[in-house]
Amino acid sequence: MYSEKVMDHFTNPRNVGEIEEADGTGTVGNPECGDIMKLTLKVENDVIKDVKFKTFGCGAAIATSSMVTELVQGKNLNEVEGISNNTVAEALDGLPPVKMHCSNLAADALHAAIDDYKKNHSKE
Amino acid sequence: MKQIYFDHNATTPVAPEVFEAMLPYLKDEWGNPSSIHWAGRAPKKAMEEARDMICEFLNCSPVELIFTGNGTESDNLAIKGTALSKKKKGNHIITTRVEHPAVLNTCKYLEKEGFEVTYLGVDKEGIIDIEELKAAITDKTILITVMYANNETGVLMPIKEIGEIAKEKRITFHTDAIQAAGKIPLDTKELNCDLISISAHKFYGPKGVGALYVKRGARVVPLLHGGHHERNRRGGTENVAGIVGFAKAAELAIRDMEAEGKRLALLRSRLEEGLLERTPHTLLNGHKTNRIPNTTNISFEFIEGESLLLNLDMLGVAASSGSACTSGSLEASHVLIAMGLVPEQYHGSVRFSLGKLSTEEDVDYIIEKLPPIVERTRSMSPLWDAEKGTGAEIEFSAKSCLK
Repeated sequence: MYSEKVMDHFTNPRNVGEIEEADGTGTVGNPECGDIMKLTLKVENDVIKDVKFKTFGCGAAIATSSMVTELVQGKNLNEVEGISNNTVAEALDGLPPVKMHCSNLAADALHAAIDDYKKNHSKE
Repeated sequence: MKQIYFDHNATTPVAPEVFEAMLPYLKDEWGNPSSIHWAGRAPKKAMEEARDMICEFLNCSPVELIFTGNGTESDNLAIKGTALSKKKKGNHIITTRVEHPAVLNTCKYLEKEGFEVTYLGVDKEGIIDIEELKAAITDKTILITVMYANNETGVLMPIKEIGEIAKEKRITFHTDAIQAAGKIPLDTKELNCDLISISAHKFYGPKGVGALYVKRGARVVPLLHGGHHERNRRGGTENVAGIVGFAKAAELAIRDMEAEGKRLALLRSRLEEGLLERTPHTLLNGHKTNRIPNTTNISFEFIEGESLLLNLDMLGVAASSGSACTSGSLEASHVLIAMGLVPEQYHGSVRFSLGKLSTEEDVDYIIEKLPPIVERTRSMSPLWDAEKGTGAEIEFSAKSCLK
């Protein structure tokens, strides 16, 4: 059902965890839907120095979370602006159609974390 | 890789004896049982003998049995067939919120056609309240349909009691006994049912054949109009090989049911105790004793069932889950929701259904392998606080579920 890449990220997820005193945090989804992602960022001079995730969800949810962290690690915030849920799915060689929406929230979590960072940053 | 099959409620392997019994009717005896000539004689005889065997299995008479294409068809025939035959008497049907989709969606269809349906709730152990059922009956009630054993939890409904009430009120009573058949005795003389659905592939028979018991005097309007087959109640040339296999499966069930039930109940206890002892925040879903002996439904809180199933599958273990992600429809288990479970619980449910293929070695393998998977999956979950070993506090966006 899942591509090899999805299974790879599912079995060996990258960047699992939570950054303490994160510069930005994004949480999307809710338990009723069966998918929740929490993504935390460390940002220095607009560059993503570290990124970690925690996900409650199916194989696709875990794999997309892992993939998005890999896509943005070390990148400038400008570079990751265009990353969408589709970008993440494509990087995983696709997801089963039924999973394209419900379990493909990783980019949403990323942008929520960046928004949070910008909000915190502008206060300083 | 190991292959461990703990999904016998989904389907079962065809028993070797069943396969052997079917072969002649797929090969040499291919005639149409309705034919009067030589080619039809052997298939006709085989079908009559098969019908007698299934009647022995159900303790009923041959005129009370209709062969169908599967359990879903049996449920449809029972419910739509009764609704149509009694629509002049009333338009009210009573069922429960935990039925199989074959019953629930048939009832929903009838609602669109002008029937009224009451969906009874269940308590936290998965059982309906008889008083609530009594209170739901009106003078328009024509049919009560309540499953015998629940497919997700194995929990048994109080069928005899419901049957007595239905009899007294002259309401037709149907039970979907598809998960009970072959696992516990089904005696039509004791169960007080007018209609009973069963399916062969749930107890080591072939797929593509089911039956509906229709008590003498109960009338169902056919779904399939056609020839004179099944006493004009189900048109279509009979699936002779399937029916013969069905009968052999019934014969084996009569022989093995009691001993196998005891064996499976012991294995299930071993599995439940093993998993619950080794894993905190784990919940047994459904009544502990009032259930068929092969099924257990366990929630591993704060994680999602599909992740567990994928991990188990990689170890060769086949099981199923009530999580939304595994349903195909992206709806979480309506059964566990009706029982009052919260999302962190129902999404993390796993059903293990044991059967002839299950051994003590298999059970011990799962007890050894699953707890570390649960721990690892929890360590990735934002709902789990690993330091405290309890649920984490987290705020959610209000966004509704995307489907």
